[in-house]
Amino acid sequence: MAVTGILLVLFLIAHMLGNLKIFSGATSFDHYAHWLREIGVPLLPSAGFLWIQRVGLLAAVLLHIWAATVLALRARAARPVRYAHRKKVRGSYAARTMRWGGVIILLFVIYHILDLTTGTLNPVGDPSRPYANVVADFAPERWYVTAFYTLAIVALGFHLRHGVFSALRSLGQQTPRGEQRARAVALVFAVVLCAGYLVVPFAVLTGLVS
Amino acid sequence: MNLTLRIWRQSGPQDKGRMVKYQVDDVSPDMSFLEMLDVLNERLILAGEEPVAFDHDCREGICGMCGLMINGDAHGPQRGTTACQLHMRQFSDGDTIDIEPWRARAFPVIKDLVVNRNAFDTIIAAGGYVTAPTGSAPEAHSVPVAKADADAAFESAACIGCGACVAACPNGSGMLFTAAKVTQLSLLPQGQPERYTRVIGMVDAHDEAGFGGCTNAGECTAVCPKGIPLTTIGRLNRDYLAATTRHADTPGT
Repeated sequence: MAVTGILLVLFLIAHMLGNLKIFSGATSFDHYAHWLREIGVPLLPSAGFLWIQRVGLLAAVLLHIWAATVLALRARAARPVRYAHRKKVRGSYAARTMRWGGVIILLFVIYHILDLTTGTLNPVGDPSRPYANVVADFAPERWYVTAFYTLAIVALGFHLRHGVFSALRSLGQQTPRGEQRARAVALVFAVVLCAGYLVVPFAVLTGLVS
Repeated sequence: MNLTLRIWRQSGPQDKGRMVKYQVDDVSPDMSFLEMLDVLNERLILAGEEPVAFDHDCREGICGMCGLMINGDAHGPQRGTTACQLHMRQFSDGDTIDIEPWRARAFPVIKDLVVNRNAFDTIIAAGGYVTAPTGSAPEAHSVPVAKADADAAFESAACIGCGACVAACPNGSGMLFTAAKVTQLSLLPQGQPERYTRVIGMVDAHDEAGFGGCTNAGECTAVCPKGIPLTTIGRLNRDYLAATTRHADTPGT
């Protein structure tokens, strides 16, 4: 859970930084997208690095889901008779929503790939012009896309708030001061990542990027 | 105080069980929660009914026998308190109180509110001890122990094995108990020889007993009557990682 989660978090950081290139203009953004396909050429074939990354990420996602499923099934088996009166989990809203939040994120990732990687669900859908795809995607008349995107990113934020702390704990974080630090890092990281991802659709929505 | 109780009644392990409503009047706010149940039971006995079975022993909050899910809270609404040390002044006149046993596959209900916590003994038996003959208490300074380690070990050793951590855990995991029993020894010099075989043995016994896995949700710490911190689980994780990587299959290193 922790190790695959950390791999995915590293990807999320890189992806967010890449997204923010949209503020440097269409040429720069399209050039960046093109460059991603050219990493390692001629040592690797075109888009070779990207495919290595895709395979790695897919493996991490599948292992992450597998581990989560095992934990969820074990939890269900560990309490065959439910409480008649049960309080909500006090730890945090984030800890309580890890599983359903994860499902929302998975559905979003599937949609997101069909939308902006393959272009199947995108109004422009031209892989060579990612800037145009993004702008068309978050246009004001397609507000529901922005709404779903926002929901998924907020779910991701909550997922990371508990996930980052939990990963550090699973890997042996053991001091009380370290716990405070780990929780603070998780919270700040979740907020920064949410802001970094949400700024793009809202910039398109408000016309800052067009 | 007049209270309405809804208590889990189950005549034996095979019975399906159900919540049954009882009215208890003239409860003193100075009674403990268990004394309030004693009053109910006396009335039930006088009326010729079967009294409610519940576990208890010292009634001083140190033995770990009593354990009730009170209104969805393990050991009731007061933090750092066992059910026997909970007083009725925590409740108000006219309240309805739901009382259930610990719910976990590893803790089968024996009768009413009594559960079988043998699974904890199995975990202890898998390594929660030192095999060095320790004899009588040695001179305290003969084996130096850092103050911080002694304090942390003592914090873990405060675990009374009541099972509230399992009862409250959304995953039905007994990891806080296991972590406390592992780390009270792994922090001290006497616990070093078996440090890494202990952690693997006890975590395996925990999993085999049918407890769920830990997701660091933190419910256990919130209800623990002895306030065992969640960092204890981090210490267990660190020992477990060391045991499975560096010390694999080499007992005593």
